[in-house]
Amino acid sequence: MVFIAKQLCKLALGPVLLLMSVIAVAAGDESSINMSPGVTEVGRQIYNLHMIILWICVVIGIVVFSVMFYSIIYHRKSRGVTPATFHESTKVEIAWTVVPFVILVVMAVPATTTLLDIYDNDEADLDVIVTGYQWKWKYEYINDEGENVSFFSNLRTPQSEIYNTAKKGKNYLLEVDEPLVLPVDTKVRFLITANDVLHSWWVPQLAVKRDAIPGFINEVTTRTSIEGTYRGQCAELCGKSHGFMPIVVNVVSQEEYTEWLGEKQAEATEIKDLMAQTFSLDDLMERGKAVYDSNCLACHGANGEGGLGNAIAGSPIATGPVGPHLEVSINGVPGTAMQAFGEQLNDVDMAAVVTYQRNGFGNNMGDLVQPIDVYNHKKGQ
Amino acid sequence: MGDHHHGPAKGIGRWLFTTNHKDIGTMYLWFSFAMFLLGGFFAMVIRAELFQPGMQLVEPAFFNQMTTLHGLIMVFGAIMPSFVGLANWLIPMMIGAPDMALPRMNNWSFWILPPAFLLLASTLFMEGGAPAFGWTFYAPLSTTYAPPSVTFFIFSIHVLGLSSIMGSINIIATVMNMRAPGMTYMKMPLFVWTCLITAFLLVAVMPVLAGAVTMMLMDIHFGTSFFSAAGGGDPVLFQHIFWFFGHPEVYIIILPAFGVVSQIIPAFSRKPLFGYDSMVYATSSIAFLSFIVWAHHMYTVGMPIAGELFFMYATMLIAVPTGVKVFNWITTMWRGALSFETPMLFCLGFLVLFTLGGFTGLMLSIAPADFQYHDSYFVVAHFHYVMVAGAVFSMTAAIYFWLPKWCGRMYNEAMGKTHFWISFIGFNLTFFPQHFVGLAGMPRRIPDYALQFADFNMMSSIGAFIYGASQLLFLYNVIATIVAGEPVSDEKVWDGAEGLEWTVPTPAPYHTFEEPPRVGPGVHAHG
Repeated sequence: MVFIAKQLCKLALGPVLLLMSVIAVAAGDESSINMSPGVTEVGRQIYNLHMIILWICVVIGIVVFSVMFYSIIYHRKSRGVTPATFHESTKVEIAWTVVPFVILVVMAVPATTTLLDIYDNDEADLDVIVTGYQWKWKYEYINDEGENVSFFSNLRTPQSEIYNTAKKGKNYLLEVDEPLVLPVDTKVRFLITANDVLHSWWVPQLAVKRDAIPGFINEVTTRTSIEGTYRGQCAELCGKSHGFMPIVVNVVSQEEYTEWLGEKQAEATEIKDLMAQTFSLDDLMERGKAVYDSNCLACHGANGEGGLGNAIAGSPIATGPVGPHLEVSINGVPGTAMQAFGEQLNDVDMAAVVTYQRNGFGNNMGDLVQPIDVYNHKKGQ
Repeated sequence: MGDHHHGPAKGIGRWLFTTNHKDIGTMYLWFSFAMFLLGGFFAMVIRAELFQPGMQLVEPAFFNQMTTLHGLIMVFGAIMPSFVGLANWLIPMMIGAPDMALPRMNNWSFWILPPAFLLLASTLFMEGGAPAFGWTFYAPLSTTYAPPSVTFFIFSIHVLGLSSIMGSINIIATVMNMRAPGMTYMKMPLFVWTCLITAFLLVAVMPVLAGAVTMMLMDIHFGTSFFSAAGGGDPVLFQHIFWFFGHPEVYIIILPAFGVVSQIIPAFSRKPLFGYDSMVYATSSIAFLSFIVWAHHMYTVGMPIAGELFFMYATMLIAVPTGVKVFNWITTMWRGALSFETPMLFCLGFLVLFTLGGFTGLMLSIAPADFQYHDSYFVVAHFHYVMVAGAVFSMTAAIYFWLPKWCGRMYNEAMGKTHFWISFIGFNLTFFPQHFVGLAGMPRRIPDYALQFADFNMMSSIGAFIYGASQLLFLYNVIATIVAGEPVSDEKVWDGAEGLEWTVPTPAPYHTFEEPPRVGPGVHAHG
């Protein structure tokens, strides 16, 4: 036995054991090393499937590697063995073709049934359009009761945490300004698409990952059985800030959901009222800074100094006539990373952010852009 | 030996104008090693940035350039040319031919590679930066939203595709026409077989890749809309075309590795390969299957269920011939007389780790489970197990195995074994934890990550630095061997090695088999 143990250590097992012990330490928190069954029926099915295949692989691995290591230990030249000369055996070869095939069939059965369940896109109780933008998500509730509700969901983690000047919070990079809110125990259908490049909407706990493709709509349904906050990320490389467009889903009780929806609808009505108003410079600047920080800062810099995008401080657009400035902000610059924000921002926010850009960063143009100007610009197109 | 034989020309001209398969093989190998170090350096930048959460060293945009160039350079610059180099050195010596069938084209196919990669690397210094859309360059990120340097990237892909096609045609022509008398197809060494099949795969799919990048070029500069829904095109079409190339490409990388392992394991087991015929058939089946599984890279694009099922079943089937190969290697070792020199250690490392990569591949083939694995670090772990522990380990084994034959000097065995163990530990430390972070929900290609992934990422980075450093030891060992290694004069070098390449003098003379050898009916030409 001692001999064998020595041999094993000499060979591959030393490092393997080391690795195992590392894993054992990490395994204290199960969720950090394995797939989570999540909070949906489909998620549990996928998790079970994953575990079945994992264990089948482990068993095959043990058998195959045992034979191999037996050979490595006992059939070594240094033990003075004479090599056998056998080769070719049709029986053995048929066996090791047929047996794996049978195992594959065994795997394919649960895989197929799970897939059929996932593709069940029958009528849902709630439809949500999910649109990927560089680099944020837009959610629109399209059922009757949620007619007016549509909003963008931006990363909330401040730049100071990302660039290590502030302590990182618990949900670093996995927090948004406005989470998606869904009622529990409700069949929700996501209609997933994108505005610019490919994205992929992935929330591991919901077991949903579907590509967001510009010009096409993908469907996927989910029914969450446990209330809670579930976090995910964009899973398809979509450019510079691909790592900075998280997803947060709040699953709440039906009552809370209805209440939340009511609030959102009231907010939308409020915006409609605001659109008819005229604002002071201070109001616009204050609102504009908030809009700028969550929409423009990533490319144009915290002080309008530029980055991926052009500088705004002293730029010919921000210090020129209002018309072209609105045009660029509303319709973007085709073929560049400058997106069309006309859809993403309401007229009040658009007016505020343009005003902020024209008066902040030392531009001091002194002119105000009101929501009605934005409205007229859009209408004049 | 013919009486007109001559040695290599003098000076730089020898390398620029050479048509000698050994010289060209050597250049391919050095070139691919240089690219391996460059791609490896990019990987170090990636791992250094991911050492801790938060952005420390590079900006996200540059990080994306690093992941993109790392992938492109490793696949097209390091792994593929290294096997072409090996094929150049070995195919003529293994089939008893004096040289490759098309020597002038051979020179060209090498010499257009360095400019192509120079062009690719130069994009780093262009305005807007290098391509930053991943080595899979999905449209429209790589078309409408790409930096201006994408045009140079497209040209570079065209040129290296051209090089691959020329190299492949050469391999096919050589194997089909230049075998020594008596060297039937079913007597060819397995490495020759895998190169032949790989060459056919390359000729079939490289034009498809060229088509894909040409369509990108048209979309970018000439107003077409192949990949833009706004003009009636489809971004998913790009993925279908790319992966119709991309999946066979995976086997283009791994099949020659299978060939190398099938030469080395019998040599150090001192026992013939268990099932030569079934290995040939398994390789051919894998090559065939590689054409009908491409959409398993696209399970989440929203295919109809019939498509998902077809691609899932077809992909699972690949496990059968791959299993046949693994079982064959192990049965070859069974009741042999094993010894564990460096090439054998790398082959055993290959065998264990490639099998693990095969298992995760099987898991990934299950479409519903892939909805959770797809584009996560689990995938990154999987393909590094098959690409690095598969292709790179076997390539390293090949260098240790044949280098003494080529230069007539023995490498330092202790240093070789050290290289193996450091590589093995470093590799597993890098990539094993990536399975965990992937399953726990970390997407790939992100420059920064949530805090729960921090420990494993740090472990992964440390492993990567160890693995990276161990390659410098390899470089040193190879140079030291060529310059001042212990001379070997034994023709066989390894007592268990079989095949025609071991019948020529050591070191292999500049010209070999100027008169074809005869391969008798009872002679084992393969391992």
